[in-house]
Amino acid sequence: MSKIKIKLAATGLNNTDNPGPGVPVIRSIRESGFFETEVVGLAYETLEPGIYMPGITDRTYMVPYPSDGVEALLERLEYIQSKEHIDVLIPNFDAELYTFMKSAGRLEKMGIRTFLPTLKQFEERHKSNLPHFGKKYGVLVPESKDILNYQDIDKLREDFEFPLMVKGKFYDAYLAYNEEQVRMHFNKITAKWGLPVIIQEFVRGTEVNVVALGDGTGQTVGAVPMRKQYITDKGKAWGGITLDDPAMLDLTQHIIENTKWRGGMELELIKTTKNELYVIEINPRIPAWVYLAVGAGQNLPEALVKLALGMEVKAFRNYEVGKMFVRYSYDLIVDLHKFEQLSTAGEVEPLMPEKQLSNR
Amino acid sequence: MNIRKNIAISDSGFVFDPTSGESYSLNPIGTEIVKLLKGDQPAEAIKKVLLDKYDVDESTLERYFDDFIGMLRQHNLLENGE
Repeated sequence: MSKIKIKLAATGLNNTDNPGPGVPVIRSIRESGFFETEVVGLAYETLEPGIYMPGITDRTYMVPYPSDGVEALLERLEYIQSKEHIDVLIPNFDAELYTFMKSAGRLEKMGIRTFLPTLKQFEERHKSNLPHFGKKYGVLVPESKDILNYQDIDKLREDFEFPLMVKGKFYDAYLAYNEEQVRMHFNKITAKWGLPVIIQEFVRGTEVNVVALGDGTGQTVGAVPMRKQYITDKGKAWGGITLDDPAMLDLTQHIIENTKWRGGMELELIKTTKNELYVIEINPRIPAWVYLAVGAGQNLPEALVKLALGMEVKAFRNYEVGKMFVRYSYDLIVDLHKFEQLSTAGEVEPLMPEKQLSNR
Repeated sequence: MNIRKNIAISDSGFVFDPTSGESYSLNPIGTEIVKLLKGDQPAEAIKKVLLDKYDVDESTLERYFDDFIGMLRQHNLLENGE
C-alpha cells in the first residue's frame, strides 16, 4: 500500500528539560506506515531544539505568542499556509490551545484541519473547575480552590490541611507546608502564568499517568498507562514504564465516554495506598512522553491525524506492558547563519545529518 | 499464600510488577521461593523443600522465611493483600 502524502504543522518543538510534545508527536507521525509526512515546525522561541534537529521538521516558521492575540497568529498562519499548504496542525502547548480552538473554523477555511477538544471540554476540565468535574462525572478529585491575593492565602486553613499543592493555571506545581511557602510559590507562579493560582488538596500516593485519544463520540481510540520512574526537578518524566492497570483504563474510558472527549489527553492521577485513583489534572493535549505509547504499540499521534482528516480509525485494543522510555540530552552544533535566518527572516530549514557529522 | 498472577519473574531473579511498574532483584534463594509460590505451593511445603535442600535449622528458616514473606506483602506482591 502506498503511503498518503500529508503536510503536518506542529508546535511544541522545545525538547528541553521541560519538554513540549512537538518532537515526539512529529517523530511518531514520521514513523507512520500510513502517512508520508512533510513537517512544518511552528516555533515561539529561536532556540527550541526541534527547529534544528535533523529529521524532525522540514522547515520551521516563527509564530507570535498567544498573548499577541488571535489575529496576529492567524495572519502569520495565512502567510505560512500560502507557502506550505498544511493539511493538519497539532498544537502542543496548553497556553495556545484556547487560541487554536477558537480559530479552528478559520483554519479549516484555510485548508488546515485540527482535532481539538471542544471549548466546553477544555473549560470544564480546568484545574479550577476540577471539583465540579469530579461531581459531574463521578470521579475522585482533590479539593481545590482559586486564589487571587495574599488575603486568600491567610484563609486557607479554613478549608485545607497542610501540606497542599500550589499550581499555576497552565503549568507548575509546588508542595507547600505553610502559608509562607504558599506566598513564595504564589509570587513565582503569578509572575509566570498570571492569575488565578490554584490551591489543591495534597493526595498522598503514587503519581501515574495515562495518554489517551478520544474520537469525539465517546469512544476511546487508544490509552496507555504509565508510571514515571525518574522525575526531574521540574517534575517531568525522564524515564517511565507502561503499566498493566485495568482500573486506570476503566477510569480513562469512563471520562472519555461521558465527556465525549475529542482529541488527545493526558490524565494525571494519584493512586493511593487504598488503590483509589484521584484525577489531579486533565491535560487537553498529547503529553511529551507519547512516544512511549507508540513504542508500546499505539501510535496515537498517527490516529489523531487520521481523525483530523476525517478518516475512519479503529480503536487500539492492546499495548505492551513493561515498555520503558529513558530521555537523554544531546548537543547539536548549529552554524550561526541558521540562527540568523530564523531570527531575521522568521523561517529556517533544519540541520542536515551529514553536516552534523562533518561540521568539525 | 500466592504471588499475584501478573507478577513476572525471570531466572536471573528480576521481578516485575506490571501494575505498579516497580521492579526488584532477588538473590537465588528469594528467586526460588517466589517461583515456588508462583507454582501454588503452600508455605509449609516450601519450607520443607528449603529445609531438605539447605543446611539450615527450622527456627532460623522460619524467621527468614516470615521476614521475606512480610517483605513481599509490604510491596503488595501477594494475591489480595494476603
